[in-house]
Amino acid sequence: MAAMAHSWATKAGIGWVAAIFWVILAVLPLAGFVSDSPSFDYYLFMGQSMLIYAISVLGLNLLIGFNGQISLGHSAFFAIGAYAAAILMNFGGVPYWLTLPMAAVICFGAGFLFGFPALKLEGHYLALATFTLAIAVPQLLKYKAIAGWTGGVGGLLLDKPDPPFGIPLSADQWLYYLCLAVAMLLFWGVFNLLRGRSGRAIMAIRDHGMAAGTMGIDTGLYKTVTFGISAGITGVAGALSAITIAYVAPDSFTLQLSISFLVGLVVGGIASLPGCMIGGAFIVIVQNSSQSISDWMKDTFALRYDVPAWAIYGTLLLLLMFFLPNGIAGGLALLRARLGRGSAKS
Amino acid sequence: MDFFIQQIAAGLTNGAIYACVALGLVMIYVSTDHINFAQGEMAMFATYLAWAMIDAGLPYWVAFGATLLIAFASGLFIQRVILKPLETAPVLALVVCFIALLSIFNALAGMIWSFTIKQFPSPFPRRDLFGNGLVSAQQLGVVAVTLVMLAALTVFFRYTTLGLAMRAAAQNATSARLMGVRVSWMLALGWGLASGIGSIAGMLVAPIVFLDPNMMTGILVYGFAGALVGGIGNPLGAVFGGFIVGVLENLVGSYIIGNELKLSFALVMVVGVLLLKPAGIFGRVIVKRV
Repeated sequence: MAAMAHSWATKAGIGWVAAIFWVILAVLPLAGFVSDSPSFDYYLFMGQSMLIYAISVLGLNLLIGFNGQISLGHSAFFAIGAYAAAILMNFGGVPYWLTLPMAAVICFGAGFLFGFPALKLEGHYLALATFTLAIAVPQLLKYKAIAGWTGGVGGLLLDKPDPPFGIPLSADQWLYYLCLAVAMLLFWGVFNLLRGRSGRAIMAIRDHGMAAGTMGIDTGLYKTVTFGISAGITGVAGALSAITIAYVAPDSFTLQLSISFLVGLVVGGIASLPGCMIGGAFIVIVQNSSQSISDWMKDTFALRYDVPAWAIYGTLLLLLMFFLPNGIAGGLALLRARLGRGSAKS
Repeated sequence: MDFFIQQIAAGLTNGAIYACVALGLVMIYVSTDHINFAQGEMAMFATYLAWAMIDAGLPYWVAFGATLLIAFASGLFIQRVILKPLETAPVLALVVCFIALLSIFNALAGMIWSFTIKQFPSPFPRRDLFGNGLVSAQQLGVVAVTLVMLAALTVFFRYTTLGLAMRAAAQNATSARLMGVRVSWMLALGWGLASGIGSIAGMLVAPIVFLDPNMMTGILVYGFAGALVGGIGNPLGAVFGGFIVGVLENLVGSYIIGNELKLSFALVMVVGVLLLKPAGIFGRVIVKRV
């Protein structure tokens, strides 16, 4: 896995693919000036969601894929980021763009702190502790004593920001660009982090923690800091989601949210940065087309019932674990190697 | 004082259910070293099967027995078909599989029986036993079933050849294989037992919390806490831990933090035990060999 991620990162040509990809993403919303389709705002919203999920999966991938720590509790950090942004905007009068770095810092702190007990836990046990965290969070957010801040069960309503400096964009277009800019920044940051000395340390801990320790890597520090950064990135995604949806409520941050991040991670590709984008897009596409997928399956297999999105997610997770354990990005790399053009050795 | 005793009694009832869930978790942990995140949803699904049978007019105990058998068989089936090929896979792959199973069972239950809550009959009358409003026959029944199950499992593991073979397979797979134990099937048997025990837990809890596809989520967390408190490798410890968690949860809930934060209490317990005494009360400390 490590070799694959490395080959992705260093191979000349991939940089161009990535650049073209980002440019396409940047040009897409301008189509709104040409088409007057009323569903355009909806597509923009889907685009925003894809980017937000991609950022969350990026955070999770840094932890699971590159550092080897399993977390089923990233919905909690997403929630903290979202609520931090909402509370800062509503009660602190903080401008929306400033809530993003603040959410990052708050979630880094939360992740760093949770990383301490996580240090002692490995594999199944870490999964278990974070699983519990994911289940406890919605109930915590509803707690009466803090309802004055969090809005309790009802959640908080926010204002959707308008583009600054009189830029001639609609609010949704502007938010799309905001998400895109943040996503680019974070992907670039993680790419650089992984490319350097710290990145090698992070991956060495995944590959063999004890050996990494004997090589002089402070495994405890690296693990907690990675947990913090991972939580921080996912927290930024949470803050972005609060800003774009203009609403936060406890029941959007359930275990299911953590599972959808996991789905994005596994579908896109464990320990793959492009995989995070694929995963983010995939989550949103399945969520939005689950009705048509369900109808299609009902017709094709003559089923009596609607097929819910979660059954599709679950089945897909199982199938991927069996047939494509490195996800779509891993599959593509394999394909490149098979076709003999690239020299992907993994 | 009456309120206090009532809380203890209610705590013991809940504890009995947590103990059942914990027992199922321990079964799988002992035989395969895995923590099964789908345990709760499997139990929930089995309970729906029982509900469907009772709804179709079968007597309660017939449905109970049939559900137990089906749950056992499907546990076996899941291990054979899904988990056996992944025996040497990394932990992440297994966790992903468990989460996948959790999603599938939850979605299937919602798809077939809808997300509206249903009433589930109890075999025990809700009648007050001693006329002082403290202990109902229902509560006593739940505790009794758990204890009987624990006794049966203890006898099974201690006094039967099959139980001995299962323990051998779990403790030292290679030596067990050399002695002619079919290790892989022993793991499957562990899954079957866990699934069966889970279905009993589901059928016990359903009359109390009502039947809905998400009914086991919270209970699973308490089951985890119970298993960890008692030591996740020890059936007796798991039952004991389940009771402790049930009573503590009720007391802390009614005297200190209120009902709204009960799940957070479970979180604190899970993390606390994992940090302070990972082996639990009855567990053995396992030294990792490098």
